[in-house]
Amino acid sequence: MNITQKVQKSLKKRYLKEKIFKSMGFISVAVAFLFLLILISDITIKALPAFVQTQIVLQVDLNEQDLGITQQSNVDEIRQVDFRRVIRAALKKQFPQVKKRKQKKDLYSLVSVGAEYQLRDLVLENREILGTTQKVTFIADDDVDALIKGVIDRNDEESGRRVKDFKLKLIETLEKNGQIEKNFNWQFFSSGDSREPELAGIKGAVLGSLYTLLVTLLMTFPVAVAAAIYLEEFAPKNRMVDFIEININNLAAVPSIVFGLLGLAVFINFFELPRSAPIVGGIVLSLMTLPTIIIASRSAIKAVPPSLREAALGLGASKMQTVFHHVFPAALPGILTGTIIGMAQALGETAPLLMIGMVAFIVDIPQSVTDPATVLPIQVYLWADSPERGFLEKTSAAILVLIAFLITMNAIAIYLRKKFEKKW
Amino acid sequence: MNNNTDQKTLDSMHAEHGKTVGQPFCQDAKFSTRNVDVFYADNQAIYDVSLDMGKNEVIALIGPSGCGKSTYLRCLNRMNDTIDICKVTGQLLLDGQDIYAKDQDPVLLRARVGMVFQKPNPFPKSIYDNVAYGPRIHGLTSNKAELDDLVEESLIKAGLFKEVKDRLESPGTGLSGGQQQRLCIARTIAVQPEVILMDEPASALDPIATAIIEELISELRKNYTIVIVTHSMQQAARVSQRTAYFHLGKLIEVGETNQIFTNPAHDLTEKYITGRFG
Amino acid sequence: MTVSAILFLLVLLAAFSYFMGRQKIHAVYQQQRQNVDTNVRSKAKFTLPKYFGYVAALWSLVPALLVLLVIEIIDEPIITTQLTDYMVQSNLNVGNNFDLYLNEIQNLDANNLADVEHAKIKVFEKLNHLNKIASTAKSVIVLALAILMTIFGLKKITVGIPARQYFEKAIEIILLLAASIAVLTTVGIVLSVLFESIRFFGEIPVVDFMFGTQWSPQTAIRADQVGSSAAFGAVPLFIGTMLISFVALTVAVPLGLMSAIFLSEYASSGFRAFAKPVLEILAGIPTVVYGFFAALTVAPFIRELGQSIGLSVASESALAAGLVMGIMIIPFVSSLADDVISAVPQAMREGSLGLGATKSETIVKVLIPAALPGIVGGVLLAASRAIGETMIVVMAAGLAANLTVNPLNAVTTVTVQIVTLLTGDQEFDSAKTLAAFALGLMLFLTTLVLNIIALHVVRKYREQYD
Repeated sequence: MNITQKVQKSLKKRYLKEKIFKSMGFISVAVAFLFLLILISDITIKALPAFVQTQIVLQVDLNEQDLGITQQSNVDEIRQVDFRRVIRAALKKQFPQVKKRKQKKDLYSLVSVGAEYQLRDLVLENREILGTTQKVTFIADDDVDALIKGVIDRNDEESGRRVKDFKLKLIETLEKNGQIEKNFNWQFFSSGDSREPELAGIKGAVLGSLYTLLVTLLMTFPVAVAAAIYLEEFAPKNRMVDFIEININNLAAVPSIVFGLLGLAVFINFFELPRSAPIVGGIVLSLMTLPTIIIASRSAIKAVPPSLREAALGLGASKMQTVFHHVFPAALPGILTGTIIGMAQALGETAPLLMIGMVAFIVDIPQSVTDPATVLPIQVYLWADSPERGFLEKTSAAILVLIAFLITMNAIAIYLRKKFEKKW
Repeated sequence: MNNNTDQKTLDSMHAEHGKTVGQPFCQDAKFSTRNVDVFYADNQAIYDVSLDMGKNEVIALIGPSGCGKSTYLRCLNRMNDTIDICKVTGQLLLDGQDIYAKDQDPVLLRARVGMVFQKPNPFPKSIYDNVAYGPRIHGLTSNKAELDDLVEESLIKAGLFKEVKDRLESPGTGLSGGQQQRLCIARTIAVQPEVILMDEPASALDPIATAIIEELISELRKNYTIVIVTHSMQQAARVSQRTAYFHLGKLIEVGETNQIFTNPAHDLTEKYITGRFG
Repeated sequence: MTVSAILFLLVLLAAFSYFMGRQKIHAVYQQQRQNVDTNVRSKAKFTLPKYFGYVAALWSLVPALLVLLVIEIIDEPIITTQLTDYMVQSNLNVGNNFDLYLNEIQNLDANNLADVEHAKIKVFEKLNHLNKIASTAKSVIVLALAILMTIFGLKKITVGIPARQYFEKAIEIILLLAASIAVLTTVGIVLSVLFESIRFFGEIPVVDFMFGTQWSPQTAIRADQVGSSAAFGAVPLFIGTMLISFVALTVAVPLGLMSAIFLSEYASSGFRAFAKPVLEILAGIPTVVYGFFAALTVAPFIRELGQSIGLSVASESALAAGLVMGIMIIPFVSSLADDVISAVPQAMREGSLGLGATKSETIVKVLIPAALPGIVGGVLLAASRAIGETMIVVMAAGLAANLTVNPLNAVTTVTVQIVTLLTGDQEFDSAKTLAAFALGLMLFLTTLVLNIIALHVVRKYREQYD
């Protein structure tokens, strides 16, 4: 048997192996894709109901005498009125047959506990409706919401159903009368956190994230750029600079939770900065993202061709002038791209912020960087932990909002890179 | 065209182009190539090259940098397949078989047509494993003893055995440049190819190592057809029987090495060998 | 005067110095120009006046800032000492916890002293008095120094001095300081975890922590309650962390490596251009999202799958958390692998292909062995990521410290325990919160060692082929 025949003999088996190997590679990529697809679609499907809000239209009688206020009453007087009574009266009027205490409780719990504040705000804005009978749209309770959206199946056995037969009958009557509406859930974007799923929104978390990122950006960008410029352009080759470099590279791989411990021990316990505040969160995140942005900025500066530096130096510009007049502007798009990607990382970060107390339940919408606040990823974490079913869809919806922010930031980064990409 | 094509027809075809002077063809051809064009995307790198390589001869491909001699060489065992944008047209026959035919297998082809590269590129493995690599993947030996023999034989043929016989297990990358290149030759020989392609095999070596490699090439000629690309005219003169001169992707002249270097027929060849450009 | 007010005045003063300094040099230049014949333009190059302005501004700003910093650091200890002296002199009964007493005083509200005991009010008033003196002294010293330095600086700048060089040196020092923040951060991390850990090890012996197999940090709220003793044996946490990381790596390393190989060696450039960004999306998804997905979708799925084939799987199994974590790390492994494999010289590939090896033979027998150090480095970095990953395990792994290596059981990890110990309402000095720092120290040291080895291996590997 000569060589050619020998080789030929081995070929069939070898090509089979080749094929298997190649398909293993393809399968690996496919597994990653499939997982991503399942993840995104699973969350999207879970999130979609959150963007719709179930509302109940009721005929409320705003009798001035009953309420004890007139159109001329001042804000404080109106605020003291018990509007819950009015709503309950409206419900009672529509379902006069409901008498038992337990059944009454079911009846009253059709609308959200936030309904009375809704009515109060409505009255504060339009006092002329006092003394009239008005059709008002109230937010439904989360159980009603779940039933209308089909999350709770009405065909289930009564024993296994959260909404019992009596309440179901009430809801179905309202449905028949056309008193149940499904509208886009603006509430979700305009309110802060709440214990009630139907009232909870992400505005507080979004603003908290915004403030935190603002602090992070302001702290990180100048320092990272200065550090990168120093290391790339000025640093002598000595042990100290080596040490700094190793430090930066290692810091980039330190688990984020360790930065949280640093924040807790140093900023909260030692410097006594306020807990749960975006300012501390921002500082911690900026220490965390600093290495990433330094590394990105360095490679952007490194990519500026030496010829540009030589041209400036050749004209008698000092090193500093060369760097700040020519190298830095040329490297800026790259630095910005790296910064945005670092910020996106910071936006999605959760663990270090848990450590510094941004995990508290906060209803108020933060007004400044020192107000207690939470951020989007932590809102996700908090809601994911809540036992109420209604929070499941809120969690998924908050994730979608978070991912939308991340995609926007990355798209900007890619756009910047494409637009300013220079072939030197 | 099939492998029965009359030699005369081929010759006359080429005569019509009237580009190559000298004798590009031979009677006892191992490799015969006709009208080879090579494109890198839209750039043509080789224009209509027709050339034969005889059995047991060393043929040198010379020419200035960028003349396409390496590209042409890499066509002969389809190393250009590794470059996506590279396209080869024309006819390349090894023992009368079209090596670019659909059913021709590049793996089998490369087992038959070995290649030694410009820079010594031993694998980061032991000397033994470097040489045994080819026989192992192709399943050339059936047991360890046979493999040992084959490795030893190849190292002997490459003139390296004496120097390394006590340290076959040490890494191949630890050898000197010249030794590394001979290791690469041994690695190629171990697959027992019919043709060996050499792409400037001595360009990265010092003069003494170069001399050893050249000696080795002359020795190997007895058993193999060797195609060598070189930028050194002295080397071409020392090792080859025939020489082909390439210029800007075209094959300008082919002839007996003596004749090319003493009495070139084409102006460009003369200018090149007298050192007026290159 | 508040610190921000002082800073504002300093900046104003610096701006004033800048303009004055620039004006001074500008005037000198004008003078010189008039003296020279206008037809013979002086060929000498001048340093621009603005640099003299900058130098003047630095004179008024930097010394004052440094002094302000020093005062800020030393004023509190001095006030405390003074206050202590006062309290000793006036024979006040402060109880046995002096720090606590002081803290109470500091937290008193000046507008609400109605039901505070008289002694405390006296100390409080003394404290306010001292604070007032300190504040006034601080403002006077800093501002006086700044004004003095401004006058001095403006006098000092003359045409002869190399103003640009001075200024650039100052900028360079600022740049160096920025670069050193990374070192400062590391020092901060080390100090904060080390300091609290030492306090922890003062209460719990190191050996008990490192080798104890019982972990139940739940101390009773009152000391006299039953079950008030807590156990801090961290071995179950270490094992749990390793178990989940191991599951993650068994998923991530083969899939990541094969993805990198497929994309760089087999895929068409079109597919690559599409696939790489998609993999990057996987890397960009926040970990809290993975945690949510692991806890609510993957874990129940695995549990049901296990039940259907007769296995009992915990609802918070290590498998679910590890699996999802593994998927998360795929892009990380794949981009590192891509880097190291493409660093293998093309000559290696050609050498193997030239001998008639198939693509897969070349990859398995030449490329991967050649890239092995780099791949190992990448795997170590991935391991460090997996060990330090927090949110996935917090949401999808358990809290109970089971000592097991069965991935179908629930285990807890170091990061989970850090989060649990620190997110409750805890008194900061309790052994429970200090334990979190001891765990943090272990986590930091482990990942640090892994990172240093990995970065070193990868660097050596790169140098080999550069």
